[in-house]
Order: sequence, then structure tokens, then C-alpha cells
Amino acid sequence: MIYFDNAATTVQKPACVAQAVADAVGTLGNCSRGAYGASLGASRAVYTVREQLAALFHCPRADHVIFTQNSTYALNIALSGLFQPGDHIITTDCEHNSVLRPVYRLMEQGVSVSFVPADRQGRLDYGAFEALIRPNTRAIVCMHASNLTGNLFDIETVGRIAHEHGILCIVDASQTAGVFDINMQRQHIDVLCFTGHKGLYGPQGTGGLCLQPGVEVRPFAVGGTGVQTYLPTQPAQYPARLEAGTLNAHGIAGLGAALSWLGKTGIDTIRAHEQVLVRRFYDGVRKIPGVTVYGDWDRWPRAAICALNIAGLDSGEAADLLAEEYDIAVRPGAHCAPRLHEALGTKDTGAVRFSFGFFNTEEEINTAIQAVERIAEQ
Amino acid sequence: MKQKTKQLVVTFHTTAASMAMEKACLTAGLPGRLAPVPRQLTADCGIAWRAAVETRAALEALIRENNLETSGIFELEI
Repeated sequence: MIYFDNAATTVQKPACVAQAVADAVGTLGNCSRGAYGASLGASRAVYTVREQLAALFHCPRADHVIFTQNSTYALNIALSGLFQPGDHIITTDCEHNSVLRPVYRLMEQGVSVSFVPADRQGRLDYGAFEALIRPNTRAIVCMHASNLTGNLFDIETVGRIAHEHGILCIVDASQTAGVFDINMQRQHIDVLCFTGHKGLYGPQGTGGLCLQPGVEVRPFAVGGTGVQTYLPTQPAQYPARLEAGTLNAHGIAGLGAALSWLGKTGIDTIRAHEQVLVRRFYDGVRKIPGVTVYGDWDRWPRAAICALNIAGLDSGEAADLLAEEYDIAVRPGAHCAPRLHEALGTKDTGAVRFSFGFFNTEEEINTAIQAVERIAEQ
Repeated sequence: MKQKTKQLVVTFHTTAASMAMEKACLTAGLPGRLAPVPRQLTADCGIAWRAAVETRAALEALIRENNLETSGIFELEI
């Protein structure tokens, strides 16, 4: 199989990740639930990964790295825990449903929302963020890169606008963590939501949010923490405030191994390789008659994603042909980005998304270009 | 029966804070270990840092320098 659905999850992981999970399954107890070796082992392993993530994202405090099972939960925690009826927030047409659905629910609860529009290439006008700010605006919620077009957004500019107006900047880094530099200080990010199983190359079931000190998020779930047992409410201190129930220490241990690998490999090296792959693919498919590629291809770098359609062919049919006849795994359809499909004019057709990772090769890209060429000829 | 001795017990609001304490002590070469919080304390976190009372001044300095979050420092016969 040629795997080109890395924007959904990376399948090829460094070998150390599975090994770390297997080792953890056989040795770790429950984090925060005891002071004997196996439980302390889990607590130590989890805390070490908090430190690794704090270092990677320049989060000032390791205890402000909160673990969740994915970025959707991280975004739900942030969006449900920061606003009140009467507040106003700004987000964009490019967002994934992991932002849009929590935001729509906030609207039902009396929070007003403005959307920065995306143009036909999925671009955002940064001036629009500022123009939409009102006296009751509390936050801007923005993705770092689109999971549909691969367009990379200038999150530093967005964060600067937010902070100049004294409002929060919440970033969805699902498509960029592990590939692009993320610096919560320099980029003015108050809440960074990430997932562990994509560009960080960790196991599924890992992810979280990093908070700037002083950002007060109400708990989404409450329950056992192993600490402050007689308190009827969730502990006030992070990370316990936002981590009810047993943590996925096994998965987090795997994420820790992935982060160590990432540190040795270098995200600059990973990004450079991915840029070569996506540029090669784009250059190969964009001139094929009948192929339409979506997104802004004048601006580099970009996430290693290329969404396209082949004239006269349903995106699901195209993906099925690629899978059945060429053993190439891609994702068709809407990619949980309904507003962006409307902006791109692809609501009815969807798109075939090719997304590349560090373990893909230029030979695989060549094979995929030839496959698209043949399908387009038919 | 184990003979009781006076020991220093540092308590925390969260397990993460106890992990930060252990790491800082290991880095600084300050002896001690993580152990269950003695029941006579109404401490927040189930895990405490236990050490010799002689290390108190050095520990307090370490806590200040590293901005470590603790909920109390006690000297107990345990």
C-alpha cells in the first residue's frame, strides 16, 4: 500500500513508538494513583512527556500541558470552558468540525460567532480578523493549516491581532504539530490544541492542549484525579483541573518515544522532505487535463496536502479506483470542513485528498501521479 | 515495628507538581523520595516528597529557585 492519508493519521511510525507502548502496557500502573513503583513509573512517564511537549511548543509550564485523547477533545475543553452567554468569538470558514461543531453549540448557548471568510483558494484575509472584533469579543479561534487545502496560516499575525486587542488566541495545530515551528510565546498563542497521532507520529488516543499561565478554563469533565479526594469540586490546579479519570499513560509513553525520535530527526528535516513531496506531486498533477487542484499554491511552505478532483468523476469513485487498482490510500469526500467546501465550490463533489508524511518517498509520488494521469484519461 | 524518626514531608496539590519536585531534587542532588502522604496530614496530593529534616533549607531554596508549587512543608515523626 502507498499510504497518502497522513492528514487523517500517520500509519508508518518510528519503530520506537510501538516498542514504548508495548513496554508501558507491561510495566506502568495508573498515573497519580499511588506511590509504589509501577504507579510512580506512570506518573514519571507522563510528566516527562508534558516536559517534552512544553519544550516543543514553548509552553512556559509543563503542568499546563493537559492530556486528552485527541485535538477534538482539547478543542471541546477549551471552547466549552472559556466563554459565557453574551460573549463574542471569531473563527474562520476554514475550520474543521472539531472547531465548528463546538462553536455552533456555543451559539445555541448565547455566544455570538463571526466567521472570517475564505476565498475560492481557501485563503484568509488577516485584516478581516481585526475588522470583526467587538467590545465583547473574547477570542480568535484559528487553525494553523487547513486539513483540506494544506494552506498554512500566519498564526503569528492572528495571535498578534488577538493580543493587541486583549483577547485570547486559540490555535488548532492538528495538521502542523511536529512539522512546523510552533512557539506559544512568539506566536502569541494562549491555547494550543494538538493531536499526537498525526505529525507527532505518536499513537492514536493521544493529544492535548497547552495553556499560557493565567488562562482559566472551566473543567469539561469532572471526576477522579487521585488528588484532593475530599474536595467536592474538580481541583483548581492544572493539569488535574482538566484531566478527570485515568490517563492514557500507555499511549502517552508512545508519544514520548515519538517526540524523542522527532527531536533527533529534526522537524526542519521532516518539513523539508514533505515540502519536496508535495511540490513534486502538485507539479505532476496540476497540468493533467481534467484535474482541478484546490488551495493557494503560490504561498510556501504549506502542509503536505493536495486536494483535487478529476473531471466527471465523483471523488469517492476516484479514491476507490486509486485504492482498488493502484493500492493507493487517499481520502475522498468532505473532510469535516463544510464551510471551506462551500468557499471552494466543492460542496457537491467533495475532493480527493492526498496527504504526505515523512515516511513517503518520491517514488511513491511518481506512482500516484501516473495513477491520476491514467484515471483522468479514462 | 519500624522505629519512627523525624522526617521532612513536602506535599503538593497535584501529581505533576510532585514529579516536578522529584526531578528538581534529582538534578540538584538532594536526597529524598516520593512516598504516600501520611494520613495525619490533610494534604491534597496522594504523593509526598520525604527527606531528612536537615535538607529543609536546601529544599526551600530549590522550591523558590524552580518556582515549584507545593501545598505545605512539615516535620513529622513517621
